[in-house]
Amino acid sequence: MSPVYMISGGITKFAKAHPDKDFRLMVKEAYDYALRDVPPFSKDMIDGAVGSYFSDHFTRQLKAASMAQDYLGLCPKPSKRIEGGGATGGLCFQSAWEAVASGRMNCCVAFGFETMSRVNTWKGNEFIALASDTNFDFPVGGFYTGYYAMMVRRHMHEYGTTVEQMAMVSVKNHMNALYNLYAQKAKRLTIKQVRESPMVATPLTMEDICTMSDGAAVCILAAEDVAAKVCNRPVKITGVGSGSDAMRMADRPHGKVILLAHERESDYAHLKYPGVHSFRGGRMAAKLAYEMAGIRNPIEELSFVELHDAYTSSEIQTYEDLGLCKYGEGGKFVESGVPFMPGVDYGLELPKQGRLPVNPSGGLLACGHPVGSSPSGSCRAPSRSIWATTSFR
Amino acid sequence: MDPLIINDHYEIDYRHSYAEDSPFFVGLSKGQLLGSRCTACGYTYATPRSHCMECGAPTAWHELPLTGRVHTYTTCHYGGEQFLKETPFTLILVEFDGADTLFLSRLKDVEPHGVRIGMPVLARFAKTPTYRVTDVWFEPV
Repeated sequence: MSPVYMISGGITKFAKAHPDKDFRLMVKEAYDYALRDVPPFSKDMIDGAVGSYFSDHFTRQLKAASMAQDYLGLCPKPSKRIEGGGATGGLCFQSAWEAVASGRMNCCVAFGFETMSRVNTWKGNEFIALASDTNFDFPVGGFYTGYYAMMVRRHMHEYGTTVEQMAMVSVKNHMNALYNLYAQKAKRLTIKQVRESPMVATPLTMEDICTMSDGAAVCILAAEDVAAKVCNRPVKITGVGSGSDAMRMADRPHGKVILLAHERESDYAHLKYPGVHSFRGGRMAAKLAYEMAGIRNPIEELSFVELHDAYTSSEIQTYEDLGLCKYGEGGKFVESGVPFMPGVDYGLELPKQGRLPVNPSGGLLACGHPVGSSPSGSCRAPSRSIWATTSFR
Repeated sequence: MDPLIINDHYEIDYRHSYAEDSPFFVGLSKGQLLGSRCTACGYTYATPRSHCMECGAPTAWHELPLTGRVHTYTTCHYGGEQFLKETPFTLILVEFDGADTLFLSRLKDVEPHGVRIGMPVLARFAKTPTYRVTDVWFEPV
């Protein structure tokens, strides 16, 4: 495999609605933003593109990625669309990475978007709920906040995780977003305010949950020769991974933990895994990415993490899946202050504040979650921080 | 110029076949809760599937007990638009003796604060079947 670099990224400000811009124009804005940062780069260096959006129901426009492709002026170059639920944007990024790593392309554009404002919030929840089994899950009244609520209820039962620990994630990510001009919902919150906001599905309140958004994001990935030519600080992608699990939560097994390099079987002698309390797909993704990047102890070797925090609960569960702490310790991990930014006053007692910041961008909770674009946005945000603080190696 | 916004209504009727899952929904109309069991490895599914996720072999229909326990729960105060009028409602995953997987259902006749993990529950069936999974629900034993 050839090494792959991210040479630039662009984004629109995520917002509840962008009635003045359709998906094509949003993608174009993010794309032009990415191009502005690499002036020596020209369109003829691009070999193809991968587009992503989660839901045809939201767009009610099939082939929307092809339409964005032609709007960007990238025809007749190769084009395809990637979809993978909440991982849609991340998988789009991985698909562009595959194109370059395999040598098929020297430069590939990944773009993602979502236009969720076209229906009301509860219709939007229904559309997303259609990504659960329509024989057995959706007709019972199942929807994603309800599913995540049941997952974290079990996490609380297994490990003693508390709603206050979950609320700390909300305080952290909304506060981090105050430093991100592109975030949708930056604000200072207290644990009490999170708990007193309207209950959606016990124990998750409105402030435990990301919002629906309109937005687009673009990442440009390139092989070493292109990257060196146009960019003096390209970000090398050293590892990628992805995973999966049974789509019906009820079908998820109760077996053995998939171990990371720094874990032992005896750590989890009595744990039935993943059950509904953990994300086996996330653990698999972490294992593959760490193995590829040669990371043996993530808490020591990583400088910061952007992870999928559609819910405060899922951020805590994902700490564990990523091996930032052991299974069962996610609640205490946030309480310790480790995943907070250093030097920011959150109004909380945080003994180990800032050791390994998680979601410094504000995450999905505060940036907004236009599904097809948000993971690409998550890739773009850390890359910009890296560009700001490191030099080309 | 301000963007011009119009309302655009969309409606469709699907012809939805339960296909290989059909016996489950017919079972509900007879007061039976059907899971499935792998004919090769014996893995038992409380939500039926016609092939085993573990080994790939075909499964056979397997009648589940009508009592189980709450594995986890949530009370929904909001939901997808179609279900908003039914809120608040409580969803549970049910565990059964002898089954390796769970079953998603509603828990009725209980105050939200009265639900707990491990609580014994009993399956109840609609007198007039609608041939939807909501033809079964659970109540505390």
